[in-house]
Amino acid sequence: MRFVFKTDYDADIRWFKHGPQFFWYMLALGLLLVLPLYFVWIGNAYLLGEITAVIIFTIVGMGLMLLTGQTGLASLGHAAFMAIGCYANILLLNAGVPWLIAFPLSGLIAGIAGTIIALPVLRLHGVYLALATLAMSILTGDFIVLFDDYTGGVAGIAVPDISIFGYTINKYANPYAFFYVVVAVMLIVLAAYRNILRAPSGRAFAAIRDSEISAKAMGVNLTKTKATSFFLSCVAAGWAGALFGHSATYVTHETFDVIMSITLLLMIVIGGLGFIHGAFFGAVVVGILPVAIANMRSWASAAFDVNLTIPGLESLIFALIVMGFILLEPMGLYGRWLKIRTYFELFPFYRKDMFRRQKSYQKTERVQ
Amino acid sequence: MDAIQLIVSGLANGCVYGLIALGFVLIYKATEAVNFAQGDFMMLGAFLCVGFTNEAYLGLPFWAAVPLAIMAMAVFGYLFDMTILRRMFGESQVAIVILTIAFGFVLRFIAGEVWTHEPVSLETPFAGEFINLGGVVLDVSEILIVIVTLLLTGVLYLFFSRTKLGVAMQAASQNQLAAYYMGIPVKRIQSLVWGLSGAVAAIAGILFASKGAIDPSAGLLGIKAFAAAAIGGFGSLPGALVGGLIVGLVEPIAARYGPVGVSQIAPYAILILVLIFRPGGIFSQTQRKKV
Repeated sequence: MRFVFKTDYDADIRWFKHGPQFFWYMLALGLLLVLPLYFVWIGNAYLLGEITAVIIFTIVGMGLMLLTGQTGLASLGHAAFMAIGCYANILLLNAGVPWLIAFPLSGLIAGIAGTIIALPVLRLHGVYLALATLAMSILTGDFIVLFDDYTGGVAGIAVPDISIFGYTINKYANPYAFFYVVVAVMLIVLAAYRNILRAPSGRAFAAIRDSEISAKAMGVNLTKTKATSFFLSCVAAGWAGALFGHSATYVTHETFDVIMSITLLLMIVIGGLGFIHGAFFGAVVVGILPVAIANMRSWASAAFDVNLTIPGLESLIFALIVMGFILLEPMGLYGRWLKIRTYFELFPFYRKDMFRRQKSYQKTERVQ
Repeated sequence: MDAIQLIVSGLANGCVYGLIALGFVLIYKATEAVNFAQGDFMMLGAFLCVGFTNEAYLGLPFWAAVPLAIMAMAVFGYLFDMTILRRMFGESQVAIVILTIAFGFVLRFIAGEVWTHEPVSLETPFAGEFINLGGVVLDVSEILIVIVTLLLTGVLYLFFSRTKLGVAMQAASQNQLAAYYMGIPVKRIQSLVWGLSGAVAAIAGILFASKGAIDPSAGLLGIKAFAAAAIGGFGSLPGALVGGLIVGLVEPIAARYGPVGVSQIAPYAILILVLIFRPGGIFSQTQRKKV
């Protein structure tokens, strides 16, 4: 067990709590940065493409985590904001805007669009935000079809390549460069997220999540803070959408559907609500699961001669995993890891209820 | 004449949306939770009735199959709350939203496995019968849907405002702790509401399947019912019905007279407009939290 002796107030808001923690995170970052070397060595970049896709999901996962995990607002429509970011990026690029300007703008446009939609319902109960974003997510496909002069509609639209100072990056032509672009965006979002948590606005988000009434009593402007959180969340989603477009190279009205929105929310629940790490763990699970199920299927058919091609099996397993986490481990994968770590750190003094959360009795805000 | 048929068919659709919305509202009114699997409950209820009465399955008489399906769904709702949701007592609403979404996926899979993914129609004694009212030809099942929905909404409204159990349900929602102090068995009340809402979902499903075909993905209709519930004002029983009727009427009318693609957008566009201009819904019961 390590005891951090705090000698000044800054100790509470430092980036890293102690030296070893800094070391481990830097090691993880270093490993991520040299990862492509391995794929250069084996000469096959297919798996790197999968890893890049997972990192793109961590970007939108972090955005949604900021909203759901930190501020306590559930959005069922983040795929819609990914779509806005993606199409904004494509249209700007097609209009001749350089990528270095178009890409940041695509996030901003998604953020502004999201905030305009969410603003009226942010004053209400959290369920209304979930509903409004759900409606938004359903409408996205219809709107893309409706404006098919710009978006390509049902036929879809090709995503232009990334071009930075004349250097063109395409997912298939140079997957290593694309990997580093995605990692760079992920690191920017990660640093921003971590910084927000250290700042007063991050504290305000957590206050709203834990009790709106207490937050208001402490002088937090509820609507403004919620809107800020939603804006930041949508910016991250917009960037992830733009990168997703570059990764898919071709998008149609069905790319960003409701199922994707729901998957995003379920993803961060599996990872662990309220932890940055949760976005990463969740994205890894969502990325690995289809591959694992496909492998299981071929293994089962080879070993036992059974045919496991049941339609909807993947969504069933995914749903069962989510239900299992909600019921048995509400803190998600990262929470499980925290508990295991604490068990060994405190051995033999770990107790079952150490991570128990206080339950609350519900009250209505309706008048009857 | 054409317009009247359009309106009646829209009304019938709207009643189905309204009934699903009624299921949400019941649960929301009594437990403050939102059941995102309500559409899938409806789908399951319809499939249970199909399983009981259709020739390809058990082949029971229709009038025996309907109460059986309703009872089965009521028990199902009660047990779902008792075994799964009760463990979530005191957790945040977001957790319950996510749990019910995941549960909806599970139900869809089960229905797909048991009854296949092919759309099936419920075999009813009044299938394909029409009434001719002075030149207006009306489908019997559509008229039945409207009548049943109106009756059910009225009964539920009276139940909530007049009976002891209904008032206890409202109390359990308004303030759980205070309800406990008053001697209300809050957890059992919540299970009862889930059972009631399961029964309503079964009725909605049976009516829906008697009018058209049903397949495991019909639960996605629940999303439209959400729009209906929010337009009417979450937490208001007549509101749910009115919201459902608005959504049901707007769809065919927009499809008939509006430009292409508008009919899919219209219900959600109305939802977003209502949320902007009258955030609590038409029958608003919400007040802003004050400190």
